[in-house]
Amino acid sequence: MGGLSWPVRAYIGAVVAASVALVGLGPFASIDFVDVAVLGFLVAVFESTATPLRPRDLSWSPNSAVTLAAAVLVGPAGAAVVGACTVFGMRRSPSVAQRVFNAGMTALSAYLAGRVFVAFGGNVGIPDIRSFPDIIGPFAAAAIGAVLANHALVNGVIWLNRTPGSPGNSLYAGLGVRLLLSDLGFAAYGLLIAALWSVVGPFAAVLVLVPLFVARWAIAQFAAQQRAYEATVSALCQAVETKDFYTRGHSDRVSRGSVMIAREIGMHNERVEAIRYAGMLHDVGKLGVPTKVLQKTGKLTEEEYAAIQLHPLRGLDIVREIGFLDEAMAGIMHHHERIDGRGYPMGLAGDEIPEFARVLAVADAFDSMTSTRSYRGARPVHEAIAELRKWAGTQFDPAFVDAFVAAVKRDGWQHPQAPALSPDELTEMTVQDHDDPTAPIRVIDTL
Amino acid sequence: MSQHRHELRRFPWQVRDSGQLLLTAAAGVLLVASVAQTAGTGLRDSRVAIAFGIVIAFGELLRLSLPGDRESAPIGMAGALAYALLIKVGTTPALHSAQQVVTVTAIGMLVGAIPHLAVGRPARIGAMAARLLAVASVAFLFRPLAGNVDIDNNGRIALPLMASLVILALLVESLLSALMRADEQRSRFWVTLVDELRVQLPLGVAVGASALLMAFASEVMGLFALAVFTAPLLVTQVAFRRYSGIRSTYLQTVRALARVTEIGGYVETGHSERVSRLAVAIGRELGIHEPELLELEYASLMHDIGQLSLSDPIPGGATVLVSREDQQRIAELGAEVIRQAKVLGSVAEIVRRQTEPYRDVDFVPDAMIGDIGSPGPPLGSRIIRAANAFDDLVGGSLEPARAAEAVHRLRLGTAAEYDPRVIEALSRVVHRRSLSQL
Repeated sequence: MGGLSWPVRAYIGAVVAASVALVGLGPFASIDFVDVAVLGFLVAVFESTATPLRPRDLSWSPNSAVTLAAAVLVGPAGAAVVGACTVFGMRRSPSVAQRVFNAGMTALSAYLAGRVFVAFGGNVGIPDIRSFPDIIGPFAAAAIGAVLANHALVNGVIWLNRTPGSPGNSLYAGLGVRLLLSDLGFAAYGLLIAALWSVVGPFAAVLVLVPLFVARWAIAQFAAQQRAYEATVSALCQAVETKDFYTRGHSDRVSRGSVMIAREIGMHNERVEAIRYAGMLHDVGKLGVPTKVLQKTGKLTEEEYAAIQLHPLRGLDIVREIGFLDEAMAGIMHHHERIDGRGYPMGLAGDEIPEFARVLAVADAFDSMTSTRSYRGARPVHEAIAELRKWAGTQFDPAFVDAFVAAVKRDGWQHPQAPALSPDELTEMTVQDHDDPTAPIRVIDTL
Repeated sequence: MSQHRHELRRFPWQVRDSGQLLLTAAAGVLLVASVAQTAGTGLRDSRVAIAFGIVIAFGELLRLSLPGDRESAPIGMAGALAYALLIKVGTTPALHSAQQVVTVTAIGMLVGAIPHLAVGRPARIGAMAARLLAVASVAFLFRPLAGNVDIDNNGRIALPLMASLVILALLVESLLSALMRADEQRSRFWVTLVDELRVQLPLGVAVGASALLMAFASEVMGLFALAVFTAPLLVTQVAFRRYSGIRSTYLQTVRALARVTEIGGYVETGHSERVSRLAVAIGRELGIHEPELLELEYASLMHDIGQLSLSDPIPGGATVLVSREDQQRIAELGAEVIRQAKVLGSVAEIVRRQTEPYRDVDFVPDAMIGDIGSPGPPLGSRIIRAANAFDDLVGGSLEPARAAEAVHRLRLGTAAEYDPRVIEALSRVVHRRSLSQL
């Protein structure tokens, strides 16, 4: 228990002492000790499979369902004993203090559930068909009581352990009230376990919880795939950038900038995800632009400028077959349009330009200005912001410029690393950056 | 040869999907017999039948695709199995016949499939037939026992019996799906079966548990049990849908981004896609399992991605006509790009070693110096090397004579350059393809 402050130790001690005292008070009549042992064993097994929850040092296991079933089947004292069996969970991660606290907390909330169940008129024992639907009311009350007690006790220890000044001193930080609701949902399975006990005995708990374990597994697989996916997209975008020494990391930063704007204006989560990928992929079409055009120092001919203007369309060609990116595709295609209608490839103006494209345009230009180019050094953030403001209303959507500036002022901007070494043989320099609003591409006047 | 061609022209259905046809016919015969029998005796406990029929239809409506273009209807399957295993609803014994189970399941499935057809999704008759036959096998084994007093009143006998029947049903479904798949994709049956079981197992466990729960809980809660135990399966299904969704997006994205080499004019249009299709077909022919097949697909799609890192792209791509050093360099750079993703380690390795000959005493790549006697490149690399060379020789052409000529040329290189096993598999794939062109 080393490393814990004395209030935390006292708190844990109090929780454990309270649960021991309450179990000691009974009542022990009408407890089937075989059922208690079986339920306790199940709790220990399920505790061993608990999955860690991010971002906090917490974990989820379906034990609230089993302890609630115990409250119905064996009453308050029996349920508390069952809950205390979490201490036998075979997990490596929790410390002794965590283990003891968890056992005490689970026992205490299970006892409370049992008391509430009886107080609302529930009959302790194995329910049969005549118990329905009368059992539902008392069980719901018991479930609410247990979940609230559980959350209150966990919040207590988090509050005592808090580091002053840092955010996230509550259980709900980063998880939302969703955790409370999902716990209530899981608690409902307790009734199903209790209901099936008369037919299949302890297997009821296993059968009821199997679909949930499988769901849990699928969600973990999903998360792993999603991380893999993001890493792969990012790697492939970097591959596109390696051609150009100075624009390395550009896609990642534009992606981050677009997400900052999207969050700032309160975009829905799914759209934020879409714009993240749109940011990463916005310049893939640049590969279609011949290298000699990108390297040219002087003014461009009409044809060469047309090649540059085509790159959003080339990008669209590439990402068209990716199923989920509908809005993102519009963003990629139109990220060089201007509010005044003088952009490319379509010359759309104002609200005709898709929202994603207007967001991308701001992040794109900002990253270009704050990065080093062969013809100039990186500009400081405040200068780049001034430029954005200057062009707001002609080139950029003022609302998104404001949102971006607010987000950058609050959260800062991660600068690209200035290229310390000279470009190596595998890379080239962009001599003109098509994203840079302060150095517009010059086109030879053919008249 | 010409006689062969003639036959194929006359009976195209004999070479393609004959397994699916057979299976559908079997399911059809069973269904007709069951409907006739049920119509003769009349529907027993019509309220229960309708309730289960609704669950099955709902499940069919919500069917989901699993990785590898598979279909599954977890809720429908659980409902149908529960109906086959039903002992009592409340206190009333359930005495419906196996034929009635088949009839109700089939009607539920068809009703649930109508909306899919209405929006133009494929009917997936084969998968539905496999499901129906799996349910039927359980129904015919268990229904005669359902009135038995020993089973009715003793959970100790009923539970293991019913659990093993559920496992049987899921095995039958996987077996039938694997048969159809092996036939359709020309893969080996055992390999396909193992892949099928691997993909179906997690969801199958949830389906089996839910089926048992519905059957048992009907005794305690009546038909209310159906609604109650559909809910957790729904949660499971949503999780799986997201999982297979991201899997397919992943593949689409790699396919799309592999094309940047084409847009940039580094390689011929369609090259990556063609090499990847050929490589996967060869892999199947050689009995590679699905997870490695997916790696092979990624590697073959991205095999030229190293071109992006070159300042002067090699016109026409890294063909067999380019020097070995250049090929090797592109492969190394490509592997470097893929390694950035951190999760595709073995894909990067396949790409890195794609230019190494199958066996060569003279050629020692940099990475292998000091590592004498190390085995040759991974199978994936050998396959990509052959598929790539074949595509360089043939391109997008579909002409059988040209393909045969290319295979012949590659075969001459099997002493050291190409793995003879891979070339033989390639030759079979190409031969089949030429036949279907006719």
